[in-house]
Amino acid sequence: MVKLVFIQPDGDSQTVEAEPGVTVMEAAKLNDIAGIEAECGGACACATCHVYVDADWVEKTGKPEAIEEDMLDFAFDVRPESRLSCQIKVTPALDGLTLRVPAKQF
Amino acid sequence: MALDEAAAVADTGATEFDAVVIGAGPVGLFAVFELGLVDIKTCVIDILDRPGGQCAELYPEKPIYDIPALPTVTGQELTDRLMEQIKPFGAEFIFSERVDELQRGEDGRFHLKTDAGREIIAKVVVIAAGGGSFTPKRPPLDGIEAYEGKSVFYAVRRMEDLRGKDVLIVGGGDSALDWTLNLAPIANSLTLLHRRDEFRGAPHSVEKMRALVAEGRVRLLIGQVTKLDGADGQLEAVTVKTAGGEERVTANAMLPFFGLTMKLGPVASWGLNLNENLILVDTEKFETSEKGIFAVGDINLYPGKLKLILSGFHEAALMAQAAYKIVHPDKKLLFQYTTSSSSLQKKLGVK
Ligand SMILES: Cc1cc2nc3c(=O)[nH]c(=O)nc-3n(C[C@H](O)[C@H](O)[C@H](O)COP(=O)(O)OP(=O)(O)OC[C@H]3O[C@@H](n4cnc5c(N)ncnc54)[C@H](O)[C@@H]3O)c2cc1C
Ligand code: FES
Repeated sequence: MVKLVFIQPDGDSQTVEAEPGVTVMEAAKLNDIAGIEAECGGACACATCHVYVDADWVEKTGKPEAIEEDMLDFAFDVRPESRLSCQIKVTPALDGLTLRVPAKQF
Repeated sequence: MALDEAAAVADTGATEFDAVVIGAGPVGLFAVFELGLVDIKTCVIDILDRPGGQCAELYPEKPIYDIPALPTVTGQELTDRLMEQIKPFGAEFIFSERVDELQRGEDGRFHLKTDAGREIIAKVVVIAAGGGSFTPKRPPLDGIEAYEGKSVFYAVRRMEDLRGKDVLIVGGGDSALDWTLNLAPIANSLTLLHRRDEFRGAPHSVEKMRALVAEGRVRLLIGQVTKLDGADGQLEAVTVKTAGGEERVTANAMLPFFGLTMKLGPVASWGLNLNENLILVDTEKFETSEKGIFAVGDINLYPGKLKLILSGFHEAALMAQAAYKIVHPDKKLLFQYTTSSSSLQKKLGVK
């Protein structure tokens, strides 16, 4: 299992375990992480699974592909470390991945 | 085609139908088919300007893998195929209108009213409203509600209202670009704000926009709105976060274009039994708490419900049997297969 850390806007943090192969969004939903809405169920069609990847992890998670970058236009307060969590696959290399949940989803 | 058909309705002034289907998503479209097979003439109404619901609006290019006998089909292809399949039944389509009111009249029939003031009467109503009617996304900015309709607009109803204004358009798709091109000549000033210097809209619109920027007639600003300033619904300026810091941009009209989301909307006020925004139905007829009003597809709820297109299709078939008894109370319905029934084949235009 891979550990993922979600930090809420108020600083509250939650560590969850995820099976490699699922997406970060799925891991968040399975563990009831607040603030990850994922209205479209992971189809990269809603931008309500927006997260900020912790600076230390940006390189490991990689850059969004073009369709994700387009979809990020529909997210609120997008930053360079913004990603749609349904587009990040959990791999053993991401053990300890730290993500910040934005204050608001669109 | 869709718009021509809508125009046809207006021309004939026809306002009475056997059945009205609210929502032209995949399930609403297939309901037209099942109702057509049992001789029920329908009118379909959708707030969107074209059929397909979620399939056409949210994922036209994405493949669906669980439609029986179609190993893979995109959202748009599925919509196109359904439109082809229901063509023989000549349903009337009314697009770009939202059904706001639904009441039973004294004559026992249902009276519907759209946001355009159109009135329609029907013997049965099929609510296929999916996740609700598509509505523009509201940026989660503090206090934005107070400005809406006064100085923040999600659609332009009358261009003249924006003449001479300091207009701020936010977004990077076709709506943002088209309105930038349309309003630049009449606005006092026009700023197009987008989070990055790349646009999803049609390339020729992007080119035209860049030309206006080069001529100094449009200001292109890369950043995101963080705060609205104004009073009594009248916007005065917005605060924009840019790469370099913060900037205050004067604007007395703002048009945010962040796509559409589904909101239950008027369905909630029609007096039907709901459970968390879903309409409760039985699983024999898919009828709501109101006799003669059915609900199929994503909008309904019953034990074991799955929000799948395939389930919605099944619901539509059973609903049509029950609707038949209301529309044709004196007739007896014979169960038939499309493969072997010459009367069904005649209706489908294949015989
Ligand atoms: C990204 C994504 C992928 C999906 N993949 C699959 C899949 O692989 N397989 C599958 O089976 N399902 C899939 N689904 C779900 C599927 O799209 C829905 O189950 C299906 O669209 C439901 O159809 P519907 O006709 O009930 O409603 P919708 O498609 O939601 O259509 C409802 C329509 O009603 C209109 N409407 C609502 N209220 C009003 C009103 N008051 N007046 C006028 N119009 C109104 C809306 O504007 C809308 O067009 C997916 C959904 C998404 C978002
Ligand atoms: S869940 Fe909709 S974009 Fe990620």
